[in-house]
Amino acid sequence: MKQFFSFVNKEFYHIFRDGRTMLILLGMPVVQILLFGFAINMEVQNICTVVFDPAQDVATREIAERMAVNPYFNMRGYVYSPDEVNSLLKQGKIDVAVIFEPNFNENLVHSKRAQIQIITDASNPNTGTISANYVTAIIGEYQKKMLQPGNIPCQIDVDSKLLYNPEMKSAYTFVPGIMGLVLMIICAIMTSISIVREKEHGTMEVLLASPLKSGTILISKTVPYLALSFINLITILLLSYFVLNVPIRGNLALLVSISILFIFLALSLGLFISTLVQTQVTAVLISGIGLMMPTLILSGMIFPIDNMPIPLQWVSSMVPARWYISAVKKVMIEGLGFMYVAKEVGVLAGMALLLIGTSVVKIKTRL
Amino acid sequence: MITVNNLYKSYGKVTALNDLSFRVNDGEIFGVIGPDGSGKTTLFRILASLLLPDGGSAGMNGLDVVKDFRKIRGIIGYMPGRFSLYQDLSVEENLKFFATVFNTTIEENYLLIKDIYQQIEPFKKRRAGALSGGMKQKLALSCALIHKPEVLILDEPTTGVDPVSRKEFWDMLERLKSEGITILISTAYMDEAGLCDRIALMREGNFIAADTPQNIINSYTETLWAVQTENMSASLRDLRDHPQVKTCFAFGNKHHVTVRADLSISGLQRYLKEKGYSKVEIDAVAPTVEDCFMALTN
Repeated sequence: MKQFFSFVNKEFYHIFRDGRTMLILLGMPVVQILLFGFAINMEVQNICTVVFDPAQDVATREIAERMAVNPYFNMRGYVYSPDEVNSLLKQGKIDVAVIFEPNFNENLVHSKRAQIQIITDASNPNTGTISANYVTAIIGEYQKKMLQPGNIPCQIDVDSKLLYNPEMKSAYTFVPGIMGLVLMIICAIMTSISIVREKEHGTMEVLLASPLKSGTILISKTVPYLALSFINLITILLLSYFVLNVPIRGNLALLVSISILFIFLALSLGLFISTLVQTQVTAVLISGIGLMMPTLILSGMIFPIDNMPIPLQWVSSMVPARWYISAVKKVMIEGLGFMYVAKEVGVLAGMALLLIGTSVVKIKTRL
Repeated sequence: MITVNNLYKSYGKVTALNDLSFRVNDGEIFGVIGPDGSGKTTLFRILASLLLPDGGSAGMNGLDVVKDFRKIRGIIGYMPGRFSLYQDLSVEENLKFFATVFNTTIEENYLLIKDIYQQIEPFKKRRAGALSGGMKQKLALSCALIHKPEVLILDEPTTGVDPVSRKEFWDMLERLKSEGITILISTAYMDEAGLCDRIALMREGNFIAADTPQNIINSYTETLWAVQTENMSASLRDLRDHPQVKTCFAFGNKHHVTVRADLSISGLQRYLKEKGYSKVEIDAVAPTVEDCFMALTN
C-alpha cells in the first residue's frame, strides 16, 4: 500500500512539474467545448438575400418585407436584372435570390396562380435546402393570411413539435459528443504516454528490476489521471451549463457516475495502448489520431449511426464513445433515468473490464 | 554468489551470449570487460531477471533468475547502462521513491549509502536531470543500494564520468565489498580492470579469459615495446609494414608493438630511422590488461 501511494505521489510530481503538458490537459477541454459550442454551428443564420421584383406590387412588397424583418435573413435589397442575380451568386455575395414574376399580384388575384422562383447557393447542400425552406415558410404564411375564412373547405395546419431541443440548438448535440471525444483522447493520451515515457527513459527497467508488481504500476498510473480527468469533466459540465446553456435535465449523480465509468474505460484503453508501443511518438499517434477519427466519425457525434451502412454500424458499436455519447444524450438532454441507459452502462463496463484485464495480462514482467 | 551455466541468448540471427559459464564468489568485485556489442548488457539483464535466456541457467544466492525472479528482484541492486532515474524529481525524491518501492526507508539503510549520499546531499533539492554525470551516477548507486542488496549489478556505471568521480566511485565499491556485497560490474575502461578482484574479457558472447588481473597479465607471453616517433599516425602504418612486427596499436601517446623474438630494439630503431623518422624512442614495457585483451582478441 505504501508503495502504491508513493507511486501515485510520484505521478503527481510528474504532472505538476510539466506545466506545459498540464496546461494542455486542463485547457484543451475548455478550448474544444467553446470552439464546438460557438464556432461549429449547424443552424443556418445570416442568409444574405436579394429580391428581383419586376412586379413591384402590394403582394411582392409584403413578402419581401416579411423576409426583411425575419432574423434569419440578411436582406441585401433589390436587384434589377436576372443577370445581376447571377453575378452576385457567382461572386458568393448572396445565398438566396427571390424572383417574382411580372404582374405577380394581378395573376394572384385573377388567375389564383402566381410564381416565385427561389434560387439558393447549394454549394453547401444543407444550407441551401434550409434557406429555401425558410423562404417557402414565409411565403406559406403570407398565403395563409390571404385566404379568406371559408374560402377553402378544408385546410390542414401542420404543427410540428421538436422535442428536447425545440430551438434546434447545435450545442445540445455537440456537448455530449465533445464530452466523449475530449475525455477519450485526453485520458488515453495521458496514460499511454506516462507509461511509455518510463520505457523510453529507461526507468521502466529499474522499476521492473524492483519488487514492484506490474499490476501495481498499472493501477498507480491510472489514479492520478482519473483525478485530473474528473476536473476536466467538471469544467466541461460547468461550461456547457453556464456558457452554452445546455440543460442538465436528468440526474446529475447518474451523469457523473457514467462519466467516471467512461473515464476509467478511456484510461484502460491508454494502458492497453502503452503495452503495445515503445515510443511516446507512437503512443501519441495511436491514442491521438487513431482514436480521434473513429470517435469523431463513428460515434454518432456528427453523423447519425442509423444512416451508416450496416458494416460500419458494427464497427461503430466497438467505439466506446458511441455508447457514452448516447448515454449522456439520454441523461443530460432527455432527462431519462438509469433504466434507459442500462444497456450503455453495461457495454461501457464490459469494455473497461476487458481492457484493464488485457493490460494487466499483457504488461510484461520483463523487458 | 552468482553462478552462470552454459547461458545462451540470441536475437534472431545474432548470438548475444554463447554458452557462457562462470562464477562470482561472495563479496567479490567481478569485472566484465569487452567492446560494445560483446553481450555484457544482455548478460546483466538476464542476471537482473529482466530477460529470459534461450538456454542454460543462471542464479544467485540459491535463487534461479527465471523461476525465482520475484525474490531475485528483492535482493539485487541493479544499475542499467544509461541513467535511469526520474529527471524531473529531485535527488531526495528519487531516493525516497526507490526506498518505498523496496519497502524500506532512507533512515533504515542510511549507513550503507552515507559515504556516497553525503557527497550529493548538498544538492538534494536539485532535480536529478540537472546533476552532473558523476553526481547522477552517485545518486543512481545510492538508489540501487537503498535496500541493502546482497548482489550489485552495475552495467558500465562509469561511462561518461570524469576521472575524479570515477576514482571516487571505485573507492565506494571497495567499501561496499567490505560490507560483504557481491559486485558484478562491466566497464569499457581498461584501467578500471585492475581494481577488480577478478576480471573476464568478453568477446562475441563469451569470456575469452577470466582470472585475477595479475594472473591475466602474467599469462602474457609476447615481447612488448612502446614506440614513440615525431609522426605517430605515419609510423603506425610503417610499424605494421615491418615483417617482424606482429601487432601494433595506438596506446595513449605511444604505440604498443609486439614483435618476433629475432627482432631487437636497435634493429627496429634502425628500420624507423631508414623510413625517415628522426626522433625515435623505443622501450620495453610491462603489459597492461589492455595489452592482454588485444593479444587475446587477435
